[in-house]
Formats: sequence, structure tokens, C-alpha cells
Amino acid sequence: MNASYLWLRDFVPFDLSATGIGDLLTSRCATVDEVVPLRQDLSGIVIGRVVEAAPHPDSDYLWVTKVDAGLGVLHDVVCGASNVSVGTSYPFAAVGTVLPGGLKIEKRKIRGSVSEGMLCSARELGLGADHEGIMALETAAAPGSRFLDVLPVGDSRLLVDVLPNRPDLLSHQGLAREIAAATGVALSRPPIPGSARAGSGLVDPGNGHRATGTGNLAPVVEVQDAEGCPRYMSAVVRGVTVAPSPDWLASRIESVGGRSINNVVDVTNYMLHGFGQPMHAFDLARLSGNRVVVRRASPTEKLVTLDGVERRLDDSMTVIADAEKPQAIAGVIGGKGSEVNTSTTDILLEAAVFDAARVRATRTRLGISTDASYRFERGVDRTSVPDLLAYATEMLVSVAGATSGEITDSSPAALAPRSVELRLSRVAQLLGQPVTREEIDSNLSAVGFWIASGAGDRLEIGVPTFRPDVVSEIELIEEVARLHGYENFSSELRPFRPGTVPDAPMHLAAKRVRGACVAAGLLEARPMPFVRTGDDSHRVRNPLAEDEAFLRTSILDSLARRAEYNLAHTQRNVRLFEIGTVFTADRDADTGAPAEQTHAAAVVLGDRRPAHFTEPRPPHYDEWDAKGLAVLIGSAAFPGADITCVPAGGDLLWTVTANDRPAGSVRRLKLDAPVWAAAAFGIEVDMEALSDALAEPKPYMPVPAMPSMEVDLALVVPDSTPAADVERAIRNAAGDLLESLALFDEFRGIGISEGMRSLAWRLTFRHPERTLREKEIQGRTAKILSALEAALGIRQRTF
Amino acid sequence: MTIDEFLGALDALDASALALIASASTPAELELARNRVIGRKSGELGAIMKALPSLAPEERRGAGAAVNRVKSVIEAALALRASAVAAGGVIDSARDLTMPARRQWKGGRHPVTVVIEEVEEIFRELGFTTALGPEAETEWYNFSALNFPSDHPAMEMHDTLYLGDDTLLRTHTSPVQIRTMQRYPPPIRILAPGNVYRRDFFDASHAPMFAQIEGLAVDEGIGFVDLKATLTHFANRFFGATKTRFRPSYFPFTEPSAEMDVECRICHGSGCSSCKNTGWMEIFGSGMVHPRVLEAVGVDAERYTGWAFGMGPARAAMLRYGLPDIRLLYDSDMRFLEQIAG
Repeated sequence: MNASYLWLRDFVPFDLSATGIGDLLTSRCATVDEVVPLRQDLSGIVIGRVVEAAPHPDSDYLWVTKVDAGLGVLHDVVCGASNVSVGTSYPFAAVGTVLPGGLKIEKRKIRGSVSEGMLCSARELGLGADHEGIMALETAAAPGSRFLDVLPVGDSRLLVDVLPNRPDLLSHQGLAREIAAATGVALSRPPIPGSARAGSGLVDPGNGHRATGTGNLAPVVEVQDAEGCPRYMSAVVRGVTVAPSPDWLASRIESVGGRSINNVVDVTNYMLHGFGQPMHAFDLARLSGNRVVVRRASPTEKLVTLDGVERRLDDSMTVIADAEKPQAIAGVIGGKGSEVNTSTTDILLEAAVFDAARVRATRTRLGISTDASYRFERGVDRTSVPDLLAYATEMLVSVAGATSGEITDSSPAALAPRSVELRLSRVAQLLGQPVTREEIDSNLSAVGFWIASGAGDRLEIGVPTFRPDVVSEIELIEEVARLHGYENFSSELRPFRPGTVPDAPMHLAAKRVRGACVAAGLLEARPMPFVRTGDDSHRVRNPLAEDEAFLRTSILDSLARRAEYNLAHTQRNVRLFEIGTVFTADRDADTGAPAEQTHAAAVVLGDRRPAHFTEPRPPHYDEWDAKGLAVLIGSAAFPGADITCVPAGGDLLWTVTANDRPAGSVRRLKLDAPVWAAAAFGIEVDMEALSDALAEPKPYMPVPAMPSMEVDLALVVPDSTPAADVERAIRNAAGDLLESLALFDEFRGIGISEGMRSLAWRLTFRHPERTLREKEIQGRTAKILSALEAALGIRQRTF
Repeated sequence: MTIDEFLGALDALDASALALIASASTPAELELARNRVIGRKSGELGAIMKALPSLAPEERRGAGAAVNRVKSVIEAALALRASAVAAGGVIDSARDLTMPARRQWKGGRHPVTVVIEEVEEIFRELGFTTALGPEAETEWYNFSALNFPSDHPAMEMHDTLYLGDDTLLRTHTSPVQIRTMQRYPPPIRILAPGNVYRRDFFDASHAPMFAQIEGLAVDEGIGFVDLKATLTHFANRFFGATKTRFRPSYFPFTEPSAEMDVECRICHGSGCSSCKNTGWMEIFGSGMVHPRVLEAVGVDAERYTGWAFGMGPARAAMLRYGLPDIRLLYDSDMRFLEQIAG
């Protein structure tokens, strides 16, 4: 909502500056996002002090002056004003300044004397018609100060962020009510300029369905759709002269960012912004059959609206129709056909309340939002309609020369006052500190509530009809807190009880995996989880773009795109990981949404280490790095579990298992990559593969006290025999004394026949209680070799 | 001379002396530097020390200690520089020790994760544990249970990505409040970090998915003052001592609702483009848990009260690192992450 500083002051007198009012509203009821001075066209004007003035040698009425504008040099200025005097400050436009209206000040010669700027009159600054001379300023401000800082001229616009629960703040009156309450000054309705007094007796707020006017008969108003229109009031206003608005009215409309159209339309907009009551003026002569019907539209009907668009209507919409056809869409927008124009003399001025949900549905269907619909769908006060209609009619008398006004009302019965119980003990419980009855009474009544009855702890609080948001005790407690001032509550920490909720296990697992990946030199990514393709169960119904219409089923889908992004930016080395959500093919039993899993994934490609002068071309990441990362991530996700990479076919290199259950995969990633890109590898681990992953901590094993013995075995192994099989055979034959077994070399080539390779293992033997004897180990080695030969036909390599 | 002036002079000497020593490249130059700084006759340190007697007696002890500290720093710098100058930069004829170290790739957490973990750490001291919940949710968990009126302008605050008639991508982490209260009895003190989704086009300040951190406390005898105290404490820990303000706000699931701002980190309150000239930056949306929300999960709203808050760690990360565009956080550009990840 845009609010005008000066307009607010029409409702409540205050001394605060525009920013002061902004701060007040922000701390009490609605945040003011910005305060915009509306005379920015004066921002170039500065204070200039005349330090010398002499008659122009070649002119009888010009003066040659020297002006100090705070720049350290004096400006020569030729001035034609008779009131120029030495020592006085004036608004000064230096060379290069643009005046309101677009005149750019340039250095020029006037009758042979150079002039480097202009001392300005009020009229030249758009500050009034006075052209009697330049604008003498009674100010002590230093020359060079911004004129706008010295003289607060012009209005300011406050951009107020009114939240959806406070429709009452969508008007100047509503905001002024809060200001009045905060400053302790009474709120009053602005007097209408040029009007003797509001409610001059011209208007008859009669209750009849048909207004009893003289002369022409007023139209019959009939509300058929009372559900869509709880209250419909109208005034027949005759004898208007449609013309440009007077300055005061036009400037109010413009101050909130509107466009002044004509006196009649401006009055309706004045009521909307001033009081939150949308109004509409129909040209009475263009309403056919002397009838106004508030009804549902029929599906065949169309209406060209004020914006020139032809709109299809349907029976979900409420319209204002004449005897023949719709003339306005209720609460949203008027029709072109009955628009007020310069030949209009009689109007039907509508002030109604339309149903919030209906207006919202209608304007959503039509795809428009207007100032009127914005207010109706948040809630317009039913009770104030008669007063405001009378006020608006009065204003038409003043600004458009209306000669009579006759009023009809569809539901004149007043709403029964509503009240809500408030317990002082509940206030203290929720706020954490008590608030006295006296304070509650004075604060609430300042914004329109009243204590209907009550004693002791329980009060019945009367709720004004403009506060539809207050329906129960809790909203009243918010009022109490807000009016007490949030800043006035204590902010001292008090003791607390620990909660019953343990840390989520997945959160802890993610922390472990993240730590492991960071330690391995990987960088964490948090990419968007949307992908281009997928199956229907993962489709977003209303995606932002068709190439991100599906939820991912694998994190590597996201990381692969991120790797491509980096390659496209000539980043050759990529090492990213993510711990995030993927969506599976199953449905969550509870919600029916795609079931989720937390996965951890990594992608590596390019240099394994930064280049160094000892290693100018570091080796690239390869499958063995990827396999290692898989074990690293798996072990962090499932501490104590046995993590194994099982060779896999197809696109995969390995399937990762945790305690023999499938838990992820390692693959060579196919990327859309330039030719220079290194091979990319991806690892993805399902962190929910094991639910009982946290094994008992392993007990301490004594650090060995006895020395070990090492034996290296180089074996010639056929390509068809997996190294894992050889290791298993070695372990089986080696017995308890084998402490560890490590494959440390692979060789193919000279001395090794085709289809074979040499694999070398280092075997470490140790006895827990004594030193091993050489002989013992030789015997053990021989046993291993014969077992290998027997089981796998493998022999030791001979050199 | 006042003690402040004295210490100021010492600080200035400390800085200028170290620069002078570092610039000496021959033994002779280094000797000159030594004389100028701590020489017996005309050293600058000596000149400062002459002011010692002019200090108040109770200040002299501290001033003396400060002098000794500066002197030992300068002497250590002289010794270090002396060995480097003597070696002429090359200490061993076979190796040039000025050549660069062998580095490992630096790993790091995403800046948003860094913020989340810091927030968790601060709230952990106040008894908060971490809870999680699904990202694909039902309308009931995301809206109805949180007291969102159906077909109301309040819904416009959440432009939703739908998966089905009743299923959607959660628009906030608040459904975790509901799930936690369904599962655990009060007292509850949880933090719920997670990704949330809005139908917002990517631009410099919006992303269709972003992280959020939710907080919830439910117990007997806790009120608005505890909410205010906790968030104020957090702000002072997270940002360093700072000004905060609470202002009225509206969320369907809290009442009273409040927004907490901290003084703008960039302009310190005087107004700049980062804070849209308000001098403040919005950090938390918060409020007392609406009784209807407690009732929706079967918690006795007359006996228990609760407060809740939410913050956007991406915004905090942007503030902290001075990021001009939120897309930097999601591009996963290696050059960005190498710089920022921690």
C-alpha cells in the first residue's frame, strides 16, 4: 500500500517526519519498506548565499551577484529579481542542474555578463505560483546544503507492506488510526476543501430501496446475489460537471502513484486510498432500463472492461448489470460502456461490500488484480459504507458541482457487535510477563476496541467491524503485545528444560560423511534437484521450466550437470560432493508423495593433486580413486559396517555394498564434455541402505609387542582370475599368523606371457606372544604357494 | 602523555619497525634498521619510553609490559631477517627454499552448510537438537495443520510447486514442527534445517529451492519474552554484539508474530542499497505457536505454549561473504567454491 505523508496528516496532526512516521508504523503495525520523497526533481537544487550584489552595468533591472554554493569558489550569477539581497540564502541551481519542467541550467552571457547558475523563484521550483521574486530562505544551513534537506517541501510516499491479516491498514484512515493511537492525538475525517461541512443535509441517507428523488426517477436497485454482495449501497448524484480535478485532489491521487483522470473518478479513488472503500461511478444515462441488478453472470455474457479488454464471464462471477447486460464485474473492474465521460451529468455512485472469496476467485479467473479487488479479497468494513458514501457524495458536490444525491441501501440493518473473551492470566502466560488491565484498556480502545464487560481475570472485548482478523483470544493477545511495543519486552534469557527429541540419525550420518568428503579434498555443492527427464510419478505439475520438470532420482544427475557447467567454464579439475534428497519410484505410505532417500554422491575428474614443480602434470583421478571414495563415504555413512565394492556390469564399475546389502555404485560418468576433458567418475551411496548401521564400538586390541616378518610374493596370475580370488586363497592357506595382506604391484610385459600379469603382494606375519622364526615363515610361504597352485593353478613369478 | 597515546605510539612503532626490518636486504641495512628502532642512543623505542615517567603510577606497570612485548617482537623479527639476509635467500646450495610448497586439494563445506552448522552450534548451547522431515509433503502438513486459511491471500506468500492434488514440495520447513510434535511430547526444543521450494524464477535474489532453518520450542511456562531473548542472544553470538529490533508481522501459524531485524552489516544503520535504505536486515520470522497449530497435533494449548522461528541461511551466507547474486550458491563453480567453501 502506498501512503502519502501529507494525506496521513489530513487525518491526524503530527510533528513526525516522513521517516519518523515510517519507523512508527514499522514498529507498531506494518513495515514501511521505503520512504520516497516525491520532489526528487528538486534534488539538484542547493542553498546559495548571495555574498555580493551590484546593479548590472547595462541594465536597469538586472543584478550581477556572486553566489556561495559551498564549493569554495563563488559563482557569477545574473539575477532579475528585485528582492535579491546580500547575505540572504536562496535556492540555487548551478550549471548542469535540471529544473522541474526540464530546463537545464547552462553557463551563458546575459547582456555581456557571464551567469553561472540561477537563483530560483518558488514558481520555477514548482512550489507555487508566486513569481514576485526569488525565494528568500530563512535558514542557517551552510551554502551547498541540499535544498530538500533544508526545506521539507513536497510530499513523501511511504511504501507500506500491509500483511494479509490487516485489511484495515489498506487506507490512510487505517494507518492514521494507528498513528493517532501511538501519539495520543484524535483521528478525524479530513474536511472537504470547498465544502461547507461534511454531511450538509443535501444527502439523505434514507433506508428505502428506491431513493425518493425529485425529477427523474432513480433506478431500482436489486441485489439478487446477496451471498456475493452482502451490502450494496448507491447514490444517484445529479448535475455533475466532469472536469479535471482541483489541484488538491489530483495531488492526493498522484501522491500514491495514481493518475488523476477526472473529478468524478478521482473522488472514487480518493475513497479507496483514503478510507479503504472501493467505489465505482456509472454514467447513469448509459444504464439501460433504469435498473441496477447485482447478480451472477451467465456463461454467454461478455464485458469490455475499463482497460479495453473484452472479458468472458461465467456464472461463478458476480456482476453489476442494468436491465440488459453486465456493466461491471463486482469488486474487480468497471465496464467501458458505462464509464463516466465529459458528457456525463448524472451518475450512480456505488459503495458496496463484495464477498472476499468470490472476488478472489473471479479476479484469479480473469487474471487481473485491481486496487479494488485487492481490498475486497482482504475484507472491506460493512459498517462504514453509509458514512463513506455520504462523504463521497459530499465531495462530488464540492469538486464536480453535483446538485443532489439520493441513497439506496440493500441491507441497512447494522451488524450485531462482536466480542471476544480475553483473560489477563492468558496474556501473562503467552507473553511471559503480565500486562495490566488499565494498559490493555487504554491501548485497545485507542485502536477501536472496547471493554464490553468483565471483571477480575476475564474481560469481554468488543471488536470493531473493521478488524475481521480478530476472531479469538490469541489475536487480541497479539494486539496487546504489539500495542505494548515489542521493544518493551524483556530480552533476558531464562532457564529452560532440555527437550525430548534426539538428534535425527540421518543428520549425524550426513555430518560424518560431509567431514570425510571435506577431508578428502572435495567441495560441497548444493545444486537444484530438478532434472529434464523422468517418469510421470516424479513430475512437478507446475514446473518453472520444461527442462526442469522432474525431480531427480539420483544425485549424480545433478552433479554431472554441475561438472559440465565447470567444463564449460574451462575448469578442468572438478571434485564435488553433495549430501541430499533423491526421490524414488515408491510412494511414501504416509503422504502418497514420491518416497525420499538421502544420498551422498561425489564426482571427480581431472588432476588428482595440484600441480607442483616436482610434478608438473599430476595424474588424473581414476577408477581407483573413485573406488576409494566409495569406501570412504560408505564407511562414514555406516560406521563399523563392511563396505565392499563388487565389480558390476553395464554402466557401472562397482556396486557398493554395506554388510552385503546394495548401498550404492561407482561409475564412469558420461558427460557432455569438450575433447580435452579428463575421464569423470561418479560415486553415489544410499545413506539409508542400512538402518542399523551403528555397530557397537570395536573393543581395543593390544598394540603388538612382538616384531613382524614380511614376505613379498610375486605371482603370475591369468587375466581371468580376479585378484580377490587370489587373496582369498592366500588368506585361507596362511592361517592366523597372517596379520595383513597388501597388493602392491601389477606388471604386464617382458617375461610375462600374453593373457597373464604379475601381481605382487606383501604378507605381514606376526605372532602375538613371540618372535617368529625364519623357518616357520618359509614353511608357511611354501604352503601358501602349493595351495595357490592346487586351487588356482597360479605360480610364483621367476625372474 | 596519556596511556592511550602511549600505547598508540607503541602500536605505530610496532608496525613501522616490522616493515622497516622486512625491507632490509643487506646486513648493513639491517644494522641501520636495528639502530633506528631499538638503538641505545637514538632508537625510536627509547624515545617512546622517555614518556613513561609522565604516566600515572598505576598505569606504568601495564605500559612497561607493553614496551617489553613490542621489544621482543622486534628482536625476533631482527633475528629472523638476519638469517635470511645472511643466506641471501638460498640457504642450501642444492635447494631453493623459496620455492612453493606441495599442496593438497582443499576440501570444504558449502557456505550455506557453514552457516547452518554455526546456527546449530549456537542453538545447541540452548538445548536444541536437530530434527529432519521430508521435502515432498502433503497440503495438510504444509498448510492446513499450520493454520493456513484455504483460499486466502495468505497463501500468496507461498507460491507452491505441486506434485499431485494433495502433494507438493514443502514451501517451508514448518511441517517439521508438526511432525516433531506428533512424535514427541513436550518439552520440545528443535532446530530443523532443510531445503524448501517456491515457484520463484531464478534471479539475483530468488531461487526455486533454498535452505531454511526452523526452530521450535514447546513447554509449559515459556512465552514471547523467551522467544525475544533467545533470538536476541543468537543475533549477538552470530553477528557479534549488534542492535536488533522486533516488529509485528503475520504468519498463519504464529500469533503474536514478529520479525527480527539486525542492524545492517554493511552500513551499520545509516542506510545503503543492501538494506534498501532501512538500516536493518531481516533475519528471523518468528512468533508464538498459534494455539490452533498445537491443537492440530493434540497438544494441550492451554497448558503448553510454544514459540517458533525461521531463517534463511542462504541470505546470511550472502551477507557474510558479500555475494551479489544468489545463483553463485547453486552454480557449484569450482572457482567460487575454492574461495568460499570452509
